[in-house]
Amino acid sequence: MTERKTIRKWFFVWDFEKEEEWLNEMALSGWALVSVGFCRYTFERTEPGEYIIRLEMHKHDPSYLAFMEETNAEYVGRVFQWIYFRRKSEYGPFDIFSDIDSKIEHLRNICRVLFLLGIGNILIGIGNSLNGLNIGWINLICGSLLMYGLGNLRGKVTYLEKERKLRE
Amino acid sequence: MDNIVLTEATYYILLALVNPQHGYGIMQETEAMSNGRVHLAAGTLYGALNAMTEKGWIEQLPTEDGSRKKNYQLTASGLEVLTRELKRLKELVRNGEEMLGGIDND
Repeated sequence: MTERKTIRKWFFVWDFEKEEEWLNEMALSGWALVSVGFCRYTFERTEPGEYIIRLEMHKHDPSYLAFMEETNAEYVGRVFQWIYFRRKSEYGPFDIFSDIDSKIEHLRNICRVLFLLGIGNILIGIGNSLNGLNIGWINLICGSLLMYGLGNLRGKVTYLEKERKLRE
Repeated sequence: MDNIVLTEATYYILLALVNPQHGYGIMQETEAMSNGRVHLAAGTLYGALNAMTEKGWIEQLPTEDGSRKKNYQLTASGLEVLTRELKRLKELVRNGEEMLGGIDND
């Protein structure tokens, strides 16, 4: 049986590019992602660089998964709205988005979710604080953190929008 | 119909769909036509196919028995969009050659 190992690790949602980078470094060193869970990554022993890993936020859509599989990508798993794919590098470079427009749309979808979660937490935090509940500060901290992440991603969107004025 | 400027991805997808084709076929066809220069990523292609189907430029063909692959084909209005775009591209090339003709002659 193939050797496996599980690593527990935490990434903020807005650091998904760093997460992807780390997963690809693992794949390059001969550990390809084989299943995911909340803050949990399981890898299997493969040839170094046998797979390329990509992740994406995408709503539940079975026909999308079928479409991806048609292009030789393997569905590894999902955590909330995040889907993890891998594809053998022998099929060539593997990307999910190939133009600026679709990259912007993807970032905007993430921003929308962060905004809703952030606002929700801040409102609950304020409500709890006003009602004299001590746990209100937890929501306020979560809310502020989410808003920080939102700002971070908005910066990326602005950069891409500027680029798009000149090229695709 | 307005003057629409297509993106490179849209243009090649429409071009690949002059004959019925499934998703992966569109990617391969596009790469072949552009000698490997234009690479369509699956997520981008999926979004574009849905948007173009909504606009009525392409349509999904009934799936053949036993196949899960969806086939798409250009519609009459898609063909019109493509023809207009070709006319626009020819104008770009004509003007470019006229202005740079003496400079770049290889």
